Amino acid sequence: MTAAAIPYTPPLKEIRFVLDHLAGMADVAALPGFEDASPDMVDSILGEAAKIAENILAPLNRIGDVQGARLDADGIARTAEGWGAAWQALVEGGWNGLPFDPARGGMGLPNLLNTAVQEMWHSANMAFALCPMLTQGAVNAVQLYGSDALKDLYLPKMISGEWTGTMNITEPQAGSDLAATRSRAVPNGDHYLVSGQKIFITYGDHDLTENIIHLVLARLPDAPPGVKGISLFVVPKVLVNADGSLGARNQVKCVSLEHKLGIHGSPTAVLSFGDEGGATGFLVGEPNRGLEYMFTMMNHARLNVAMQGLSIAERAYQQALAYARDRVQGKPLGWSEGQSKGIVNHPDVRRLLMGMKARIEAMRGILYTAAAAVDVAHHHADEAARGRAALLVDLLTPIAKGWCTETGQQLASDGVQVHGGMGFIEETGAAQHLRDARITTIYEGTTAIQANDLINRKILRDGGATANGLLDEIAALGGELSGHADEALRVTGAELVAAVHEAKQAVAWVLATAKQDPRLPAAASVTLLELMGVVAGGWQLARAAKVAAERLAEGDADTAFLSAKPLTARFYATHVLPKTAAMRATVVNGSASVMALSEEQLFGAA
Amino acid sequence: MKILCAVKRVVDYNVKIRVKTDQSGVETSNVKFSMNPFDEIAVEEAVRLKEAGAATEIVVVSIGPAQAQETLRTALAMGADRAILVQTDVETQPLAVAKVLKALVEKEAPGMVILGKQAIDDDCNQTGQMLAALLGWGQGTFASKVVAADGKVAVTREIDGGLETVELKLPAVVTADLRLNEPRYASLPNIMKAKKKPLETITPDALGVDVTPRLKTVKVAEPAKRQAGIKVPDVATLVDKLKNEARVI
Repeated sequence: MTAAAIPYTPPLKEIRFVLDHLAGMADVAALPGFEDASPDMVDSILGEAAKIAENILAPLNRIGDVQGARLDADGIARTAEGWGAAWQALVEGGWNGLPFDPARGGMGLPNLLNTAVQEMWHSANMAFALCPMLTQGAVNAVQLYGSDALKDLYLPKMISGEWTGTMNITEPQAGSDLAATRSRAVPNGDHYLVSGQKIFITYGDHDLTENIIHLVLARLPDAPPGVKGISLFVVPKVLVNADGSLGARNQVKCVSLEHKLGIHGSPTAVLSFGDEGGATGFLVGEPNRGLEYMFTMMNHARLNVAMQGLSIAERAYQQALAYARDRVQGKPLGWSEGQSKGIVNHPDVRRLLMGMKARIEAMRGILYTAAAAVDVAHHHADEAARGRAALLVDLLTPIAKGWCTETGQQLASDGVQVHGGMGFIEETGAAQHLRDARITTIYEGTTAIQANDLINRKILRDGGATANGLLDEIAALGGELSGHADEALRVTGAELVAAVHEAKQAVAWVLATAKQDPRLPAAASVTLLELMGVVAGGWQLARAAKVAAERLAEGDADTAFLSAKPLTARFYATHVLPKTAAMRATVVNGSASVMALSEEQLFGAA
Repeated sequence: MKILCAVKRVVDYNVKIRVKTDQSGVETSNVKFSMNPFDEIAVEEAVRLKEAGAATEIVVVSIGPAQAQETLRTALAMGADRAILVQTDVETQPLAVAKVLKALVEKEAPGMVILGKQAIDDDCNQTGQMLAALLGWGQGTFASKVVAADGKVAVTREIDGGLETVELKLPAVVTADLRLNEPRYASLPNIMKAKKKPLETITPDALGVDVTPRLKTVKVAEPAKRQAGIKVPDVATLVDKLKNEARVI
């Protein structure tokens, strides 16, 4: 079989439901500056973005995987067949500018709407969608911290997508530990001379555009050691003249492209800066505050990578579902005349598919809720409302990044499982999703880094106030539903209350033990993150179920869609939420055992 | 030259059509609607004629329910200049639509009317032809190529035996076939601009047209399920069945 394109149908109805009923699209559209985001406009935009995802980006997913990005003899990274035209379609459509300042060519639409568009693009073609994602991140950083001169020169073309952006952080010795950053920047008149080597640079080089704007972390000569001595620079691949035209090539060289487990279509570059004295770079903001600025991009990227977890799971689910309806193996238990004999009717295949569906809806609820909170945190007229939203975003970012990517990976694996042996065969296409998903728990901070962030910055720093506040809110919803007339809602509510109880015990344990031995919460952190993710997912499914029940009671005729919500929530409540008890036990009782063996014992009798 | 372009809101081509349980029609509640694909091709052609300098204004019109505004906005986002919704909740049948279009043509005085060759819901393939007859204009149906110049339009038509090119004196009616062009994706700025373009809503009554359906739908049913095949014992039985049951030889 050749590289057959696997279809992707954007789940517009699900997206619209979550936008309207869980994320509060109407409230976001009511924020100052978002007047254009009316319901019919949102429909038009989502409809057109869906066409692009389905017809342009999705058919290139397999081609990108098979051909990959390659470095040619001239040292230029070449993207796969059709990628240049696809990028051009996004540029001509103005899609990169969706959330940005209209004064610089953006459309001034909410981050929430951008999030929905990004979901479809990541589902259609994750390796491709990384490019717009990183370009948007780079625009954010320049927009927030760059001088007016930098903004005027670079932003219009980065917003339009005529130029793309990258994030240059990692060096061979500086991965999760950025204190080890060695790249240098030396003042030279109105600019700096930047030198050093950066690795793992996504879309660090490519042939989609004439120029690439690198955002690079480097040290000034007099910088203090550690993370407090890192500054952020704009280093263009091709120098830009004062009138915006392109000048000479800058000293930025793509040394090689990595050979990877997945996202083959995305060029992952090793970049060498300043091989002949120094690449021309421009300081962003103030000296030595680069890490802080980079975290603006990083937090944007973390929520986007979390989205990749959802997106890849959705793609894998669609494919698994289509296969399960088509594939016949024996007669399903309890089969009756007229029913399909597809393996979809075998209970365990159904369990896998329900597990995918429920978790996908849970992830979408979390991510769109967080995206709406980003808009509120930036645009609400009331300072207190902005502050509350910002705290929610801060808390949800590591949970979303950690849980949605780990879950996305698990679901991509379940997608392979539904296919049986055919899933292990590359031509089927199910395996690509699993390989592509594998990076999401690693880049932009591994799951462990997210878990550290959750424990140290989001729980310990405020004594658990924000986390417990959210858990109380979830428990209140659970309590309300546990008295509902509908059985599915009742079960969901009761299980949610129980799960919150487990989460609160785990949080209390972290708060109590952190002072005794910092290694204890660290050893428990990933399990705690998973526990918080599972509870947050249950919260969203319960919210969806409640809204659906209300709409049905009001006589909404879309019964097939709406009545599925409480049933899906009950599945999650009975299959996923009970695992929180085991997770709490692991956090509270198991942390000491993680470090119990000596390093020598770990190496054993070899 | 002004172009009048007619578009219909239909059940999206991706939707699996289901017949209503009372067999009065097809299920349309909670179903995705979009612009009739052939009309989308017609809009694209109008926009290309304008971009090529052969047209100066594109007026897009739809006859149907209030929701057809969305369809008109889509056409505006593709590049039409203004829109007219002739709002009615009755089932729109070709003759009534042709009469409404004729009334609009008399009001707007376009140099060309372009529309899809048929709508994918009822597949009538009549409106364009009826409109040309009512107006006494030339018609170029099933167009796969349209070249307008010097008060004339050359329309290459897809016919059974291949392609036929007719030259029509303008004004004329053109109906778009599948291979005429590939409709563009609307850009984000144009989607947003479309909301600010004028969209006028009028009624058939205001145009003096009676759109009451003249045809009555008796019954709508799913196509008959294919019967399972049978094995025949020998060639003689096969020939006999082909001759006497199937009557094909």
